[in-house]
Amino acid sequence: MKFKLATLLCGAALATTGVHAQDVKMADTLTLVSWGGAYQKSQIAAYSEPYQAMHPDLKIVWDESSAEAVAKLRAMNEAGNITWDLVDVVAADAIRLCDEGLAMEFDADELLLPATDGTPASEDFGDLLVSDCFIPQIVYSTTFGYRTDMVGDTPPTNICDVFDLEKYPGKRSLEKRPINNMEWALLCDGVAKADVYDVLETEEGQARALAKLDTIKDEVVWWSAGADTPQLLADGEVVMGSTYNGRLFSVIEEQKQPVAMLWDAQVFDLDGWIIPAGLPAEHQARVEDFVKFATDTQRLADQAKYISYGPARNSSAPLVGKHADLGIDMAPHMPTDPANATNTFLYNYTWWADYRDDLDAKFQAWLAQ
Amino acid sequence: MRKFKKPEVDLVRFVLPLMALAGAGFGFLVGTANGAPLAGTAIGAVCGVILAWVLATYVPSKRTGIAATTVLFAIVGLVLAGSGGIVGGLIVGFVLGWLSYWLSTGSYRAGTQIYATPGQVLWHNTYKLICGIIFFFLIAPILTVMPLSFNAENFFTFTPAMLSFDPEGYSFKHYRDFFTNPDWQQALKNSIQIAPAATMISVSLGTLAAIGLSQPHVPFRRAIMAILISPMIVPLIISAAGMYFFYSRIGLQGTYIGVVLAHAALGIPFVIITVTATLVGFDKSLTRAAANMGANPVTTFFKVQMPLILPGVISGGLFAFITSFDEVVVVLFVGSAGQKTLPWQMFTGLREQISPTILAVATLLVGVSMLLLTTLELLRRRSERLRGLSPG
Repeated sequence: MKFKLATLLCGAALATTGVHAQDVKMADTLTLVSWGGAYQKSQIAAYSEPYQAMHPDLKIVWDESSAEAVAKLRAMNEAGNITWDLVDVVAADAIRLCDEGLAMEFDADELLLPATDGTPASEDFGDLLVSDCFIPQIVYSTTFGYRTDMVGDTPPTNICDVFDLEKYPGKRSLEKRPINNMEWALLCDGVAKADVYDVLETEEGQARALAKLDTIKDEVVWWSAGADTPQLLADGEVVMGSTYNGRLFSVIEEQKQPVAMLWDAQVFDLDGWIIPAGLPAEHQARVEDFVKFATDTQRLADQAKYISYGPARNSSAPLVGKHADLGIDMAPHMPTDPANATNTFLYNYTWWADYRDDLDAKFQAWLAQ
Repeated sequence: MRKFKKPEVDLVRFVLPLMALAGAGFGFLVGTANGAPLAGTAIGAVCGVILAWVLATYVPSKRTGIAATTVLFAIVGLVLAGSGGIVGGLIVGFVLGWLSYWLSTGSYRAGTQIYATPGQVLWHNTYKLICGIIFFFLIAPILTVMPLSFNAENFFTFTPAMLSFDPEGYSFKHYRDFFTNPDWQQALKNSIQIAPAATMISVSLGTLAAIGLSQPHVPFRRAIMAILISPMIVPLIISAAGMYFFYSRIGLQGTYIGVVLAHAALGIPFVIITVTATLVGFDKSLTRAAANMGANPVTTFFKVQMPLILPGVISGGLFAFITSFDEVVVVLFVGSAGQKTLPWQMFTGLREQISPTILAVATLLVGVSMLLLTTLELLRRRSERLRGLSPG
């Protein structure tokens, strides 16, 4: 009984402070959730360190839990105890969280700053604002890397070389989920790019994609973490493997491994922030202040100094410069660079939102066969 | 023990075939590595036979024979596979040389009775072999991690430079990373703050519970005991999820105290079990004697009972400490990023960024665990000596 009373009182107190959200004092801690590794390092260098310099009393905590963000946010919501202030998720997860009411909806022009030339945020981010809760940060792609010393004199140039065991014998690593793999399989089974999702909607189309994957199943190492393929490539355990383009950049340019990129049929995806719904007013104010800063034109361009992911703002693209340590031009390593983007594949969020559960089950059953 | 008399061994019909088999085994491994398993097997078998015959016939001194074989194979390894082959050669040479003498001098019967049948001798040695293999499988993964932690590259890979013992292939950079990276240092600090606090609580509560439960007049002893040691039996993920929701409601989720309490609950069963075991050997008449002389129960506990059961308390405490220090599931639920412990950092590190820093930390933790377990073993021996269970 006492607990209940206390909760009620607290709730009432919060409700009253919530009314004056504009002039509320900002919280002095900020918990950011991201993916760890090189990606999180780039965020720390580009966003949180400059912000920390402006607010020396603020305590910023990073939690590397983005991989299980959806499950954890659900649990936090159920327990009535939201401990995260800002969460980095892929666009598909943001859409799910938004649908479930776990992420805060916002007005882009109110929350985010306009571009340096005055273009409002909603136009500057444009189509990348795929959900009312999603603050886009980067464009990344899932693509293949191959060992230059294991493919002979004719390196692969086409996505279908992944399915060609005669020309390129050896293991390949693919992600342990249907997304991307099913599309690539259909593309290499003669389906036109525009028809892939129409075909994949049908039972026969799904069977066709799995049958194509069956032809290389014995030679596939399945990965579940972004760091797996770089490790397998460095080991020489696989000839080629899919992973995020930034991981491959790190393997090639930073770790100097004999690996090269196969940009063909790279699949673009978005990564960005969501603000959990139902934050206390002080935290809400702090997060909004941080997000305004961390998503402005210059900050998004700065992130590209540390990792080869394209900034989500149109106005940031011309500002992308050289790598912070290596001093090489970053533009040619961006997935969006014209030379790399000659043949790209657009990942269909809304389609996958409808079919994901069904195809996940089918794919897992196929894996277990 | 009766004096062991060495039996006569049939060189041609017993030693040579077995040595051929052993040689073929090693030959198969070396041959497979060089892409010719069949040729390797054949050459290995021939080498094994020749080696055994030469050693048994011309080199009666066991020590000289094994040393010579080891050196010989090391040179062969050097020629075949460069400086990295020396280690392989040393191992193969030593094993083959030792095996040859073990068979030809009849030492293989040493552990059995003089009247044991060949079948019994075979079983005795097979049993020892199985034990050795189990030991090997338990230890090998840990031993592999250690050299990899000195890798000069950022991958879990034995590079060619490492295999040929090029100093360039090795570095301390992952150890340096551990000691300079704020993420790892924060995790280490958290672990060092959480584990001792949780251990203190586990030890005090667990010892009291064990003493209480050893009193015959306490009602429902078995039921209480079962509840207290349930954290050890219930799957960790279930305790963790339950604690998460419970602690969230009372405001302990994501706090230092919350993690300490959760780890204390996990450590208590270990303390109860070890202390209860020590209390079995405790003579109750000592407390009665103390009471008879006017000591109150508290004085009796600290002056009489505690010193005698101390080894059990300390070993229970060490188990509780290791439980907290190695625990990842509960802390992932109950803690927040501010309470990130070493195992948590290793867990996320393995998933997101396969960095050999994890191996460096693992090597250090193995060292710490070995120290703790050695302490534990010494305490156990002391306790046995005090209770007169062993003559040492």
